[in-house]
Amino acid sequence: MSDTIKVPTMAEMMAEGKSPEVLFWVGCSGSFDDRAKKITKAFVKLLNKANVSFAVLGTEESCTGDPAKRAGNEMLFQMQAMTNIEVLNGYEVKKIVTACPHCFNTLKNEYPSLGGNYDVVHHTQFLRSLLSEGKLTIEGGKFKGKRITFHDPCYLGRANNVYEAPRDLIQKLDAELVEMKSCKKRGLCCGAGGAQMFKEPEKGNKDINIERTEQALETKPEIIAAGCPFCNTMLTDGIKNKEKEAQIAVMDVAELIANAGDL
Amino acid sequence: MSYISQILFAVVLVAGIGYFAINVKKLVRNIRLGRAIDRTDNKAERWKNMVRIALGQQKMVVRPLAGFLHIIVYAGFIIINIEVLEIIIDGLFGTHRIFSFLGGFYSFLIASFEILAVLVIVAVAVFWARRNIVKLKRFFYPEMKGWPKSDGNIILYFEAVLMCLFLAMNGADYSLQQMGAEHYTMAGSFPVSQFLVPWFENYSTATLIFIERTAWWLHIVGILAFLNYLYFSKHLHILLAFPNTWYANLKPKGEFNNLESVTKEVQLMMDPNADPFAAPAEDKGDDMPEKFGASDVSDLNWVQLLNAYTCTECGRCTSECPASQTGKKLSPRKIMMDTRDRLEEVGKNIDANKGEFKEDGKQLLDDYISREELWACTTCNACVEACPVSINPLSIIMDMRRYLVMEQSAAPMELNNMMGNIENNAAPWPYNQMDRLNWKNE
Repeated sequence: MSDTIKVPTMAEMMAEGKSPEVLFWVGCSGSFDDRAKKITKAFVKLLNKANVSFAVLGTEESCTGDPAKRAGNEMLFQMQAMTNIEVLNGYEVKKIVTACPHCFNTLKNEYPSLGGNYDVVHHTQFLRSLLSEGKLTIEGGKFKGKRITFHDPCYLGRANNVYEAPRDLIQKLDAELVEMKSCKKRGLCCGAGGAQMFKEPEKGNKDINIERTEQALETKPEIIAAGCPFCNTMLTDGIKNKEKEAQIAVMDVAELIANAGDL
Repeated sequence: MSYISQILFAVVLVAGIGYFAINVKKLVRNIRLGRAIDRTDNKAERWKNMVRIALGQQKMVVRPLAGFLHIIVYAGFIIINIEVLEIIIDGLFGTHRIFSFLGGFYSFLIASFEILAVLVIVAVAVFWARRNIVKLKRFFYPEMKGWPKSDGNIILYFEAVLMCLFLAMNGADYSLQQMGAEHYTMAGSFPVSQFLVPWFENYSTATLIFIERTAWWLHIVGILAFLNYLYFSKHLHILLAFPNTWYANLKPKGEFNNLESVTKEVQLMMDPNADPFAAPAEDKGDDMPEKFGASDVSDLNWVQLLNAYTCTECGRCTSECPASQTGKKLSPRKIMMDTRDRLEEVGKNIDANKGEFKEDGKQLLDDYISREELWACTTCNACVEACPVSINPLSIIMDMRRYLVMEQSAAPMELNNMMGNIENNAAPWPYNQMDRLNWKNE
């Protein structure tokens, strides 16, 4: 693993009189969760490799307000949103890429009517466009022929109709993409959305992430691919619960591509 | 004699349609109890959605068997209505098979109605078996006990009986035609009811006329009864599916509305020039601050209330819901049924109190929908995607959560912790904002 990653901040760029093409919105999970930080780094390595002109907000980044909004706290959500919009507009941000579908959805759909208008893309969409522009190439070697199933994050799939970008990337790895019985429009939630990530589930007979993990296991995958740090956590927990962590890895699509290129 | 039956027919027809009209008025009044929402943008896309989803049944066929059978019943319902038009004209003017002048085309019409009628009977039988023999799981959730269960079956019986009456009427008519009975001129083609003719062989003309007339009357009275049954059953979707798909949300499913009342407050809070001690503006007509979120039906918008009347309790939402699938108390279908039940209760209250709602000490929250249900939702939109007529149970769940959190500060403790973290350190976890970029060097 090369450990020299370049992560400029917006403030540093501005001090140098430069403005990046795209802002990488890291998100809370990508900044603080140990597992998700690996996804963040994998994505940054790809950005570095493709020589993308990007920057992060760093310590100026703040929660988009998504979990507050889904919990019903519109007041807190809008306070977060307006604070963030002031920062983003201050830097004259035009384009944002994020590896978190919750941040993606909120920034893309819920910020415009509060004064924040940006071209927001999910990192799988961004990586796909880097590939099609020839700025990035995928060496599939390591994953060639591997059975990979993709779990659709609700806030990427149903919420925003992005189903193909992550799948296109997996197929570029020459991997065998297998679908779960509920996928795409009918994909089953991992159980984390709607602020459930931050609370114990209500009483029931099973946890949702276990149900989803069982669906994934039915496809006999070697890798479960995800495109959301929260889904990743939920499915990783599910795999541990089933004691399959030695055989099956839960990985973000960005990690797959970075690993394929031995970054 | 003929005049008496014509008059009787007119009376039955006016009474049947009149009573239905009274209930439609009530329905519209109840829906208008909801808050205003503008859903008239993008008309072209709205028409397209209505044609595609309601008329074209696009989302029904996601589940192929049920979808296919439903299309048969739906086509039968629409097409056989041409026959109803003929019955109405005949009934009012004392004619018999007024459209028979169409000749060959008339034969074609009658023949296709008959074949459709048989297909409808078959489809209805399969639907009945799915509810009562196969016992499909989605028809057996707790909210489906009692009236909702009977309601589902009554509708199927209604449809089967109406189709049988139609075939009996045609069979007797065809026998009479062959006998050369007066008024029963040769008209139509009867690919199905011709098989009833041998049964009628030994009947006298008078008996056959009695059978034909009885079936004719019961058929049309049955249709009027069914029309009036709609308002009291889950079956309003046959009409409301059309406006409901037209007025449905066109934005991405993940986009939840930003409450404007909140925006105003937040802007004021963040405006450095705002005077915190300023008296509230006086020119406003509505001095009651708007309630955040929903605790009762009148806090919901009218499209959400239309949704509630449109729901036919098929349960596709609930069967796709991750919370329902894992045994949580939440069922999106129940959210819709509860909303309608409460709305009906409010409507009856208004009727009983001379057009004014009298406080009844009840509300949608807690008396119908429990907090446990609301907090089980993952906002995944599976229910919204699954609904074949574009109902949005999630929007009601969200509005009720907003009430719980913003009006009552009644979020679960862990969520309060999460929100406290966002307020204090701009992340849902208790990490310092100054540590946000630490991953870079780890």
